Amino acid sequence: MHTGFLTIYWRDMLRFIRFRALLFSSLIQPALWLAFFGIAMSNNFERLTATMPVVPGVKTVGYLTFIGAGVIAMTTLFTSLFGGTVLLFDKNWGLMRETFSSPLPRIHVIIGIGLSGMTKSFIQAAVIMVFGLLLGVEFFGGYDPVQILYSLAGIIVFVGTFSLGFLFLSAAIAITMESPEGMQAVITLLTMPFFFTSNALYPVDSFPPVLRALSTINPLTHLVNGIRYFAIGSDFSAIGIRYTYTQGEILASYIALLAFAGIMFIIARWRFSKVTVT
Amino acid sequence: MKHEPEKIRESIGIVFQELTLDRDMTVKEILEYHGRLYSMSKAERQERIEELVSLVELEGKKDTLTRHLSGGMKRRLEIARGLMTQPKVLFLDEPTIGLDPQTRIRIWDYLRDINHQGTTIFLTTHYMDEADQLSDRISIIDHGKIVITGRSWELKNTLGQDLIYLETSDNWEAAELLKDLDSVKGIREKTKGIVVMVNVDGTYLLPEVMDRLRSRGIKIKAVNLKKPSMDDVFVHYTGRELRDSGAEKGAVVIPRSRGR
Repeated sequence: MHTGFLTIYWRDMLRFIRFRALLFSSLIQPALWLAFFGIAMSNNFERLTATMPVVPGVKTVGYLTFIGAGVIAMTTLFTSLFGGTVLLFDKNWGLMRETFSSPLPRIHVIIGIGLSGMTKSFIQAAVIMVFGLLLGVEFFGGYDPVQILYSLAGIIVFVGTFSLGFLFLSAAIAITMESPEGMQAVITLLTMPFFFTSNALYPVDSFPPVLRALSTINPLTHLVNGIRYFAIGSDFSAIGIRYTYTQGEILASYIALLAFAGIMFIIARWRFSKVTVT
Repeated sequence: MKHEPEKIRESIGIVFQELTLDRDMTVKEILEYHGRLYSMSKAERQERIEELVSLVELEGKKDTLTRHLSGGMKRRLEIARGLMTQPKVLFLDEPTIGLDPQTRIRIWDYLRDINHQGTTIFLTTHYMDEADQLSDRISIIDHGKIVITGRSWELKNTLGQDLIYLETSDNWEAAELLKDLDSVKGIREKTKGIVVMVNVDGTYLLPEVMDRLRSRGIKIKAVNLKKPSMDDVFVHYTGRELRDSGAEKGAVVIPRSRGR
């Protein structure tokens, strides 16, 4: 098998580690989200929901635990959507010519960038989880070590697939755009609907029907479902709402993510075949 | 050829006109990345990197980020990169543009070495002395088309053996008088004078030319005798006007081939 994508992966990771500022900000930023937004909102929600009756026999988790999954998902979304920017810079600075004039099939560039972005997402997710546990996020409550490993594996698979999908989308945008400012604008615009029509930070149950429909096709919602299922459990209540996930629902969520990644890959491959690098 | 672009890509090396080095990678990593793109094995890569950094004299800079290299060093690194895969043909697009004379001479030396080792080099340049010194064969390109191809001396000889530059009181009359001489190959007008292209040794012809003009009452203000240079050849074939409106200024392609 041609392992050219590993070359792309190697170079991208090399630069990720080399840019100290980028490395640290990408690790600290999600932790800060959890620390500031999480704690501030969690105190508010605790007070608002204090009077709600507790569902008997169901594990109740705090708001911080509820959005812990959301922050992981959101960070993965942002990192992955911006993950393709490196391609735009490579293109504008002429560095892409070296790669594209080599015998390396272009598809390997897409895969390489996808894998390196996925690795970055894993590192970030790990940092958030460790930091979250320190802040009082009740992930893996009452799990034995085998269950924890199983849950971690589940989260890795969900985060990985989700991040690949958005990295392919990002790569497709980067290779099509001319200017970094334009790309920044497009991506910022894209993050809005994904972010706010998802269940990352608040429940979607009381959304109007249109927003609810959007939320069910939103990959971010499916990622959050997956993370909550694995990290918190299949039946819990938070902010006065009971959440239950069946295995079938989680499988459906995963298939949705897989389909999303597949479609994005096809789009990226199409964009890459069209581009001429000068 | 058309059906196997991958095969062609494997056998050519390219050095682009602008610097295309990642600022955040070291000299060694740049070469390593290139070798990996072309599926070279680890052992091959290591061996080749050692060879090349010593060829372009960057041994001490192997672990330096390219952003800290001087312009000449960057160029040398790019040439090394172009050679990483031991290509049969190396394309260089104006490799010495903007470099100081020492560095240019150094780069010429590398190119000669590489060429002697059996790599065919295509080099485009606007520096005529570069074309003259380095090339086996030179093509002049104007408006994207090759106008003439030949060895350096062949091209110069198309302009005659010598060039006589004259400024006289009546340039037009002087040109009329001289154009019928057997030894005169052609006459070109310059802003203030004329250039007479001659087939014979100009040192002996010049007194005859001057006598002829004076006998008709034409005053000679200035005289210069020189061998045609590549600059003359270039201007002769591409004209004097500036080419800002054209697609590409007249450039020169120099195919060199050796032993194949």
